[in-house]
Amino acid sequence: MELFFSQILDGLSIASVLLLAATGLAIVFGLMGVINLAHGELMMLGAYVTFVVQNLFKPLGPAIFELYYPVALILAFIITAMVGVLLERTLIRKLYGRPLETLLATWGVSLVLIQLIRSISTSMLIGILAAVAIGLIGSKFMAKKIGDKPYFTYLNGLMWAFSLGIGLIVVNSMSSVRQLSSPWFGPRNLDVSPPKWLQGSWGKIGTVELPGIRVFIILLSIFLLIGVLWFLSKSAWGLRIRAVTQNRQMSNCLGIPTDRVDSITFGLGSGLAGVAGAAITLLGSVGPNLGTAYIVSCFMVIVLGGVGNLLGTVLASIMLGIIQSVVGSGSILIVFPNLPPALKGVVEFFATTSMSLVLVFIFIIVFLQFKPNGMFPQKGRSVDA
Amino acid sequence: MAETLLELTDVSVSFDGFYALTDLSLKLIKGEVKSIIGPNGAGKTTFLDVITGKVRPTKGTVTYRGQSLVGMSEQKISRNGIGRKFQTPRVFDNLTVLRNLELAVSPRKNALSLMLDPLPMAAKDEVHRLMSYVGLAPFAGTQAGSLSHGQKQWLAIASLVAQAPEVLLLDEPVAGLTDEETLRTAELIKSLAGDHTVVVIEHDMEFIRDLDFDVTVLHQGQLLTEGPLDEVKKDPRVIEVYLGTTED
Amino acid sequence: MKLFKRLVPWILLAIALFVLPAILSDFRLNLFGRYFALAITALAIDLIWGYTGLLSLGQGIFFALGGYAAAMYLTLNTPSQQGGNGIPKFFENFGVSELPFFWQPFNSPFLTLACLSLIPALVAGVVGYLIFRNRIKGVYFSIITQAALMVFFHFFNGQQKLINGSNGLTTNTTELYGLLVGSSDMKLWFYRLTVLLLPVAFLICRYFTTGRFGDALIAIRDDEQRFRFAGFNPVPFKTIVFIVAGGLCGVSGALYTVQTGIVSPQFMSISFSIEMVIWVAVGGRGSLVGPIIGAVLVNYLQSLVSEALPELWLFVQGGLFIFVVVLMPDGIYGWFTGGGLRSFLASFGIAQKARTYPKIDEQIESLQEVVSTTPTDSSA
Repeated sequence: MELFFSQILDGLSIASVLLLAATGLAIVFGLMGVINLAHGELMMLGAYVTFVVQNLFKPLGPAIFELYYPVALILAFIITAMVGVLLERTLIRKLYGRPLETLLATWGVSLVLIQLIRSISTSMLIGILAAVAIGLIGSKFMAKKIGDKPYFTYLNGLMWAFSLGIGLIVVNSMSSVRQLSSPWFGPRNLDVSPPKWLQGSWGKIGTVELPGIRVFIILLSIFLLIGVLWFLSKSAWGLRIRAVTQNRQMSNCLGIPTDRVDSITFGLGSGLAGVAGAAITLLGSVGPNLGTAYIVSCFMVIVLGGVGNLLGTVLASIMLGIIQSVVGSGSILIVFPNLPPALKGVVEFFATTSMSLVLVFIFIIVFLQFKPNGMFPQKGRSVDA
Repeated sequence: MAETLLELTDVSVSFDGFYALTDLSLKLIKGEVKSIIGPNGAGKTTFLDVITGKVRPTKGTVTYRGQSLVGMSEQKISRNGIGRKFQTPRVFDNLTVLRNLELAVSPRKNALSLMLDPLPMAAKDEVHRLMSYVGLAPFAGTQAGSLSHGQKQWLAIASLVAQAPEVLLLDEPVAGLTDEETLRTAELIKSLAGDHTVVVIEHDMEFIRDLDFDVTVLHQGQLLTEGPLDEVKKDPRVIEVYLGTTED
Repeated sequence: MKLFKRLVPWILLAIALFVLPAILSDFRLNLFGRYFALAITALAIDLIWGYTGLLSLGQGIFFALGGYAAAMYLTLNTPSQQGGNGIPKFFENFGVSELPFFWQPFNSPFLTLACLSLIPALVAGVVGYLIFRNRIKGVYFSIITQAALMVFFHFFNGQQKLINGSNGLTTNTTELYGLLVGSSDMKLWFYRLTVLLLPVAFLICRYFTTGRFGDALIAIRDDEQRFRFAGFNPVPFKTIVFIVAGGLCGVSGALYTVQTGIVSPQFMSISFSIEMVIWVAVGGRGSLVGPIIGAVLVNYLQSLVSEALPELWLFVQGGLFIFVVVLMPDGIYGWFTGGGLRSFLASFGIAQKARTYPKIDEQIESLQEVVSTTPTDSSA
C-alpha cells in the first residue's frame, strides 16, 4: 500500500509538470485557437535558463548558491515569456485565422530552436546579431528609397538573404578562434543539481517518505495555477483576455486592444512553459530534445480536458499523470499479486512508461466516443458557428 | 382537411440557463407559407436550429410526419425533406456555381453513389433551369467564392431548391438583395407554395407584405401572435414589442 | 501546344525510366528512387489535407506499417536470416522460440502484397472512423493523429519480442528471388517499380479528386456543416479518403524501405510525419502535381544540405516551414499557376501586367463554355 501511495505521489508530480505545460498551451489554444508546436521547445528554453543561472551562481559561494533555484524560476518565466511575445508579434500574428498553418509554422520555429540550442556559440550570436542589424537597417533604408516600387518586396527579400549570407561569413570567419566558436551547450544532455533544501525528504506521512523535489513541484504547480486563475479572473488584463476568448470582434469594437491581448496571452502561456521546463530540470537532465518528450502528453491533456476550461486541464493532467505512473511502473502487480493470469498478462503488457502511453491513448479514444468535446464542453450558440 | 406536417410542442432551448426558446408550440400545415418575424433575440434562428437538428431542445418534442426529429442527425433531417438556407449565405467557395448546384441536386447522397454514378440527365436539366431562373447561368464556371453577396444569396436559395425539399426554411432570404431581386425572390417563394411548405424569417416588412401570407410573431422565445400581417400590425402587444419599453 | 501538354507526363516518365539511370550514379539513382517513393506519400497527404482539409500529422503510422510488411516478408523468406528454430535470428536474442502469429501471413508473397496496402488502410479506416464520427476536426484532428503516431511509435519501439523493437528490421541483407536486396541490380529494379507506381498513385488520387466525389471533398473542406445540411453525411467521405491515403502511404513506405535497406520505429517519429506535410506545402497543395514536385525538391535539398553542412539542415528546414506558410501558402506549383511568376516579372517591368478586368474575361469564357459544351466538366 505504501508503494501504491508513493506511486500516486509520483503520478501527481508528473501531473503537475503536465499541468504547468498544458495550462500554457490551453490558454493560448482557448484564446487564439492556435496550437503552438514550439511549446515543448519553450519548456526546453526554460530548462536551459535554469542551467545557465545555476552556473552563474556557482562562483558566488555555497550559501548564495542555494538560492539559485527561485531566481532561475523567475528568470525562466520572464525569458520564455519574452521569446513567446516575440514569436507572437513576428509570426503568429501574420497567420491569424489559419490554425493549421500556424501549427506548421510553429513546428518550424521548434526546429530552429532545437538546432539553435545545439550549436549556439559566441560567434554564432555575433553572426545572428550582425545579420539582423544589417537586414533591419537595409530594409528601413530601402523602404525610404523605393518603398512604393512594385519590386520592393522582392528586393527586400534579396537584401535579407544577402544579410543572412553576411551573417554566415561572420560566423565562418571566427570559426578558427576556439573560445568564440565552441558551442555553449552542444547536443549533449546537461545536468542541473537541485539545491540542498530540495534534496532528500520533507517529512513523512505514515511510513511514506515525502521526497522534497516531488512535493515542491506539486506545490509550485498549485501556486501557479492559483496565480493564473487569479490573473484571469481578477486582473484587468485577465478580464480582457476572457472577453477576447469569448468574442473577438465584439471585444475589438469595445476598444479592447486585441493584438496586445494576444501578445500578453501568448507571453503568459510561454512563460508557464518556461517554468515547467525549470521544474523538469529537477527530475532529470537537460537536453535539446527535452520538449518533444512532453509535448504529446500535453496534447492528450488538452484533448481530454476540453478547450477553454482550466478545471478540465487540471483533472485531465492528474488522470494522465497517475495512469502513467501507476500503470507504467507496474506497481499494480506488486500491490495485487494474485490477479488471474489473463489479467496479469494484460497488466504486464502495459507496465512500461511507453506502453502506459498506449493505454492512455486508447482511453482517450474511447472517452471521445462518449464525450467528443472533452470533459467540459463549451456551451452556447458560438460553439459551432 | 390539410394535414399537419411539422409540429413543435412545448419546445424549450436553454444555453447555460439563458432561454432562447420557452415552451414554443407551433404547427406547419402541408403546403402553407409561414412568415416569422420578431425583434432580434426573439429566438427565430434557434427555432430553425431546433428543427434542422443543429441544436437539441432542452425540453419538448419536434415531430415531422409523426416522426420525432429530436436527436436525428442534420443530414438525415435534410434527407427526410427539410432544407434550410442560412442567415448569411453559405456556399462552397472553391466550387463553381455549377458544381455547387450539381452537388445539391444529387438524388442519392451517399459516398459510393457520388463516386460511381453519373449525374442523371433530369438532374442536370434541373440545374440549368434553376441557374437561369436565378440569373446565374453566365457564372456557371465561376468559383462561388468570388460571387457578390447578392449572387451568393441567390446561389444559396437555388441550392436549397435543388435539394427538392418538402419543407423550406429560409433565414433572411432577401438580406442584401436589391428591390428587384427581392421581388423576384417573393415570386419564387410564391411559386413554391402549394407543393412545398415554406417558413420565411425576415426583417424586411415590404417583402413580408409582398409574400402576403400569414405572419407569426416570436418574442423572447415565445409565440406572441399569429395572423395576417395587417391584423398583426394592429395588435398592441406586437407594437409594444417592436416599439415599446415595457417589461413583462 | 495542346499535344505538347498531353505528352509532358509521358516525356517525364521516359526521362525518369531511361535517362536518369543512364546519367546518375547508383547512389544518386537510389536516392531519387527514395524521393519518388516519398512522393506517393505526399500525394496521399495532399488528398486528405489539400483537398479535404484534414491535416494528419500521423501518416508515418501507415508509412511504417507498409515498410514493416515488406521487411517482414523479406526477413522470413531469406534463408541466411533464419536462426536455429527456423524463425528469424533476432528472435533468439530475446528468447522467443515461436513465430508470433501476426508474422504468419508474411510467408506468402501474395498475402504480403495485399497486406502492404490493406493493413495500413484498415488501421486508417478504424482510427479515422472513430475520430470522424465524433466530428473532431481542425487542430484537434491534427493533435489526435499526432498522439496516435506517438502511440504506434512506442508500441513498435517497446515490443522487441514481437518486432525487434528499436533496432527495426534490416532488408539490405535479405534476398528476393535469389538477389540481394541491397545490391545495385535489385535497387535499379526497385527504382523502376517506384517510377511506374508513382503515376498509378497519381491516377488514383485524380480519380478521387475529380468528378462529383472530388467536389464533395472540396465542399467538406469549405464548409462541413453546410455539407451536412445539404443531406450528406461527411463521415464516410472522410473515412474513404483517409483509407485511400493510408493505403498509398503503406505502398510508399514499402518502396522506401526496400530502397533504404531498413525499417525502424524512426519511420514513426513525430518529425518525419510533419516533414511529409511540408513537402506538400512546398510543392503546392490542392493540386496533384505540386506534392510530387515538393517531395522530390525538399528531399533533394535535404540530401545536398546534409552532405555539405549537416548541422545547418534543421535551420534550413525550420526556415522552409516558416517561409512557405507565411509567404508562399500555395506552394511552388500554386505560385506558378496563380500568376506568381508573371507578377514577379511584371514588378521588374519585364512581363506584361495582368489583365485589368480578369473577372469579365473569365465570365465571357465561362459563358462560351456553357453555350458550347455540355455543362458537366466546366472546371476540368
